[in-house]
Amino acid sequence: MADYRLTFPTDEQHVRDLRAGDSIVVDGHIVGIRDRTQIRMFDEGRRPHMDLRGALLLHTAPNVRPLGNGRYEKLCIGTTTSARMVRFTEGLGIDYGVRAICGKGGLPDEAIEPMRRLGMVYLAIVGGAAALETTQIEEIEAVEWEDLMPECLWLFRVRDFGPLTVGIDAHGTSLYHDVQAEARRRLEALYDRL
Amino acid sequence: MDAVGAGPVRPVERVVEDAAAYLYVWALKDIPQDLRDALGAARERETSVPGRRVLDTIVRNVEVADREDNLVCQDTGIAVYYCRVGEGFPLHPARIYEALRRGTERATVEHPLRSNTVHTLTRQNTGPNVGYRVPIVHWEFVTGRDDLDVKCVPKGSGSENMSFLRMCVPADGVAGIKRFVLDSIVGAGGKPCPPGIVGVGIGGTADYAMHLAKEAIARPIGTRNPDPEVARLEDDLYGLLNETGIGPMGLGGDVTVLQCHVEHADTHMTLNPVAVNYQCWAARRASAHVTADGDVRYDRDA
Repeated sequence: MADYRLTFPTDEQHVRDLRAGDSIVVDGHIVGIRDRTQIRMFDEGRRPHMDLRGALLLHTAPNVRPLGNGRYEKLCIGTTTSARMVRFTEGLGIDYGVRAICGKGGLPDEAIEPMRRLGMVYLAIVGGAAALETTQIEEIEAVEWEDLMPECLWLFRVRDFGPLTVGIDAHGTSLYHDVQAEARRRLEALYDRL
Repeated sequence: MDAVGAGPVRPVERVVEDAAAYLYVWALKDIPQDLRDALGAARERETSVPGRRVLDTIVRNVEVADREDNLVCQDTGIAVYYCRVGEGFPLHPARIYEALRRGTERATVEHPLRSNTVHTLTRQNTGPNVGYRVPIVHWEFVTGRDDLDVKCVPKGSGSENMSFLRMCVPADGVAGIKRFVLDSIVGAGGKPCPPGIVGVGIGGTADYAMHLAKEAIARPIGTRNPDPEVARLEDDLYGLLNETGIGPMGLGGDVTVLQCHVEHADTHMTLNPVAVNYQCWAARRASAHVTADGDVRYDRDA
């Protein structure tokens, strides 16, 4: 298990270097996104202006204070459960060129194949560790679709963001799948002791 | 002011409102010492590399929240209160409810906190963490007392979404209860932000079992049910759940749960309900005691 530092947006090669279980710290720019944002993009077919090529998306709905003129001050920014949004994975890769999705709790197995094929990874953050995460987000640089507040598209400038764990890599390995398979195996033995 | 419930705000009602506003923010920022101790112990015990990374980050996050006076977790939750009302307390529960509602609203606007409450069908945000039947308040009424205990337990959605109910049959017995809890927590995987507190409610009726499961997660961590049979079930489940290997944030490891708490009620001879309600590692709770004279004492341990 290696330790990486990576600046986003990035390219396919850097993403393919990562292996499940590796640790990664992120600098650069990442994009906040959530359920309603993606429902608009994929179910309602609207395309945002924000460029998502090579992006790392963060599953979030931040606590912010409006400053006027589309500017927002960060108050507390944390990460939500990713599994609800798994069905958007392939579209994010094909239609938008997204390279990484950061969230909590993992994505179900249906994300494994598109991530392998398209060169994408899932990066696990610690859910609920928002106080720390907020200090690693330097600034909210842009917001799009403010009518979906707080489920807008958010452009964050980050520094030392993490450490994140590669939960699903671009080679078909998912820690979540492996942990579940092992847990199911152990359950069979545990049932005998109930 | 609303047409219904209008009237002068009595001083003790204002005291309860202030207490609710304080408790909501306090709970979100400053997690109890028993939880801090449990998280520290979990970090010592964990041996997997991703698991240790997660627990290091959690402990660091709690320190940052203290230092920055920020929320531990961004999910300000759905506001849940537990009230124990003495029969002599000079404020009717209807007024206590209004005070809790205003306190929740004020805390949300003044801090400000993220507003999570939406209409369950239209999904439109209903305002500052209040809405129809929100906040949610659980009541207990006690004789021989004239004071009020109020506990605020903001409940995050990531863990609340991992709630499970099964109407086991009596022949399933205790083994059936254990199996359902194990299956639920393995199925939940990393989604509810483990390691947390598994609340289990057994007996009563379907709705009451879930109510008891939620009551179980609001207990100080590691406390045991006074009924020795139930306490033994808590010990057994705690051990079994940590043998599943789900680990911190579901990335694999030794510590899947910090604790398992069980609350029970007697039930019908034909029923064997089991409810599971998960509390994430950010197990936020904050309590206050309000006297009949309107004096408030905040309690970090309750």
